[in-house]
Amino acid sequence: MQVSLDAFLVIGAALFCIGIYGLVTSRNAVRVLMSIELMLNAVNLNFLAFSNYLDSATIKGQVFSVFVITVAAAEAAVGLAIVLSIYRSRDTVDMEEFNLLRW
Amino acid sequence: MKLSQGVELVSLLVLTAMVVAAAMGVVLSPSIVYAAFLLGLVFLGIAGMYLLLNADFVAAAQVLIYVGAVNVLILFAIMLVNRRKVYREVKLGAVRQLVAIAVCVSLFALLLYTNLNTVWLLTPEVTALPSGIVTLGQHFFNEYLLPFELASVLLLVALIGAIILARREFVPDRGEENLELVERPKELVAVKEE
Repeated sequence: MQVSLDAFLVIGAALFCIGIYGLVTSRNAVRVLMSIELMLNAVNLNFLAFSNYLDSATIKGQVFSVFVITVAAAEAAVGLAIVLSIYRSRDTVDMEEFNLLRW
Repeated sequence: MKLSQGVELVSLLVLTAMVVAAAMGVVLSPSIVYAAFLLGLVFLGIAGMYLLLNADFVAAAQVLIYVGAVNVLILFAIMLVNRRKVYREVKLGAVRQLVAIAVCVSLFALLLYTNLNTVWLLTPEVTALPSGIVTLGQHFFNEYLLPFELASVLLLVALIGAIILARREFVPDRGEENLELVERPKELVAVKEE
């Protein structure tokens, strides 16, 4: 039995769904950012799986995954800075308390 | 079954169990600090999967950037904002949880169904190059040069933006009662008469 493309796609799908669940239900803003990182990793796993099994001569999926990693690092830095800044003004990181835009 | 295939299968199984269990821990663990460390474990497991997919450079980048930078950043953020506090109950909390679980499980079922019912155009034989790094570098400096340079600009912008967002701009002095608004004085904008 050989490891196939499907196995990696299923793992990626599971990781993505876990990430969505955490994104929707977490109360802590830092945990929401962690869930976003999980989802980005699932996407990267799909990129690399397709790049290995469908495009193993010109590995363009790896190029895209490097870009995704770059953008994810930038997103994490800015996101955590925003969380810190909100924490200073609202004194909490509870997502339910962030109702500044409610009208 | 050749030995290499067996090793590949077993290591994929071990990595899958590790990654999925740790990801569930990230989402469900009551302590945010444990969640952050489990997130590091997820990143390491995924780096192992990248190695199974012949992507050695991306695996190294994953370990360096995610485990070394993003995870440490998250830990620092937790240290800065962690205050043990009981969250206020929200209306229909249990219903929300159930709806979220239903949506996630059905999305997973949909993805699984799509995956199992698609015939992928697999390349007939996985021609594993000795190392993909040379190919990757040629891609970066030929057709993906502009995105590559833009990525560096993006990182610089994110760096400056994060510093500006996170720095503490005004520290009100503790000595005297100061009833002035602690704010940067704004320039008056001339109102144009219609």
